[in-house]
Amino acid sequence: MNPFDYERASDARGAVAAVAARPDAQFLGGGTNLVDHMKLGVAQPGMLVDVTRLPFDSVEARPEGGVRVGGMMRNSELAADPLIREWYPVLAQALLAGASGQLRNLATTGGNLLQRTRCPYFQDLTTPCNKREPGSGCSALHGWNRDHAVLGGSSECVAVHPSDLAVALTALDAVVRLQSPGHDRGLPVHSLYKLPEDDPSHDTVLEHGELITAVDLPEASPHTRSAYRKVRDRASFAFALSSVAAVVEVADGVVQSARIALGGVATVPWRASRAEEVLRGAPATEETFRAAADAELEAAEPLRHNEFKVALTRNTIVAVLRDLAAAEEGSG
Amino acid sequence: MENQIDLTVDGGRRTLSVDTRTTLLDALRETLGVTSPKKGCDHGQCGACTVLLDGRRVTSCLTFAVAQDGSEVVTADGVHDGDDLHPVQEALVEHDGFQCGYCTPGQVCSAIGMLDEAKAGWPSHVTEDLRAGIELDEEEIRERMSGNLCRCGAYTGIVAALAEVARGETGRGTDEEARA
Ligand SMILES: Cc1cc2nc3c(=O)[nH]c(=O)nc-3n(C[C@H](O)[C@H](O)[C@H](O)COP(=O)(O)OP(=O)(O)OC[C@H]3O[C@@H](n4cnc5c(N)ncnc54)[C@H](O)[C@@H]3O)c2cc1C
Ligand code: SF4
Ligand code: FES
Ligand code: FES
Repeated sequence: MNPFDYERASDARGAVAAVAARPDAQFLGGGTNLVDHMKLGVAQPGMLVDVTRLPFDSVEARPEGGVRVGGMMRNSELAADPLIREWYPVLAQALLAGASGQLRNLATTGGNLLQRTRCPYFQDLTTPCNKREPGSGCSALHGWNRDHAVLGGSSECVAVHPSDLAVALTALDAVVRLQSPGHDRGLPVHSLYKLPEDDPSHDTVLEHGELITAVDLPEASPHTRSAYRKVRDRASFAFALSSVAAVVEVADGVVQSARIALGGVATVPWRASRAEEVLRGAPATEETFRAAADAELEAAEPLRHNEFKVALTRNTIVAVLRDLAAAEEGSG
Repeated sequence: MENQIDLTVDGGRRTLSVDTRTTLLDALRETLGVTSPKKGCDHGQCGACTVLLDGRRVTSCLTFAVAQDGSEVVTADGVHDGDDLHPVQEALVEHDGFQCGYCTPGQVCSAIGMLDEAKAGWPSHVTEDLRAGIELDEEEIRERMSGNLCRCGAYTGIVAALAEVARGETGRGTDEEARA
């Protein structure tokens, strides 16, 4: 590991200025991804600005409705928060389906959103990888690609975005709050991430030195229900092969609104807008749910080893919608 | 780049000089000679390095020591009460909760943190109703302890031991679980 300077930030402005001033500086959250990558040589920062003591570590109801989630809040505390459990079950479920108890106690909101892909070639310095070393080639495209993307890939990169939290936040239409070296801004989660296209080296549209201070969740309607379902190789402590986050309102047997996002199958947390279109205003039946899943997955481009993800995702979308619709009926 | 930091480790105040690159795990083991936390994978995947950091269980291999300046660390070596083992340690002995023992210090710290999380009402992936209270049955224990791997496969004993401790703490576990 390269030597590096360490600084503990005491205010957000100072942290942003410190990172912005040095091209080789990076923010340090819980460290569960960055420290790992520094050990592997994938990340080689010359300076770490530790933002974990900044006072963005709680969930607060916003006066205009909805809640604000602190950017440095630990994943475990966020999942346990009473407001989140009551109003945003999809979010609590996504967090609880990720990593392990001792990792969630370190991992932060901001760090989780900016964790990098688990593509094994990305983490292995001895293999070509366009994301790690632009222009070197993609080892996964014609290598072992069972865990890779069937949606949103390009000829340059087919790595899956690994975060469960980001998938739930995408379905919730959350907005990421940023303190920036220039103008502070808010970005809808779905426009935070960028498709690999011809440059997979940047996962997001963030500029160097932009700090995630919070994530805003829009007000939850008492009529919507939400859920997160994750399918993986073992029952616990594994990344998703496929996952579905859904926020749905069903009334009188008709889908009033539906927001759906997919994880484990795409290069970015995937907003399933084609499925949503089919669902809106349609009868809440198995047939509709299948048609919605098919509409979304029509664009899937499976690789040599991951054809199974298409059927798996179709079944998972249908199962989640069926459960949410049934819960609606049960409560009616 | 050397930094001087203060840590409270198993009740004792320690001042040490560490390179910024030193993980908390290496600082404990190599600098301070506290060898109870173990290095299994060094990448957050096995839980052998689990310690209690300011009361919470964490993987000490994925945090830099310098980032924990001023913190309180408790390892499996510091959870006993005088000559008495911690109830979790006692139960692991009682229920054959280990074989080679390599994962055990991490299991002990993880279990203590896990019991506190459950007591605080934190849900888990297998908790049916996120709004209701939780009951630490075997399924909950398995899920909550899934960050701790055991190459020897002592899981049956570990789950039985923790079910017994949970029952003692809450009076809610069942006899079935304690005997399983
Ligand atoms: C064994 C293992 C299993 C895992 N399983 C899962 C899983 O199943 N699902 C899942 O979703 N995740 C999983 N993870 C990943 C884990 O959730 C992430 O590592 C964690 O959420 C990252 O958060 P952090 O605070 O530790 O980030 P760090 O490692 O500190 O930082 C990650 C990145 O974010 C940047 N950063 C941190 N905070 C901010 C901020 N506030 N503003 C701007 N930039 C910031 C850092 O510079 C760095 O680039 C797993 C990790 C491990 C090691
Ligand atoms: S899929 Fe992306 S991250 Fe993986 S080897 Fe190819 S370029 Fe690298
Ligand atoms: S050594 Fe830390 S989790 Fe394996
Ligand atoms: S007792 Fe040997 S690894 Fe768990």
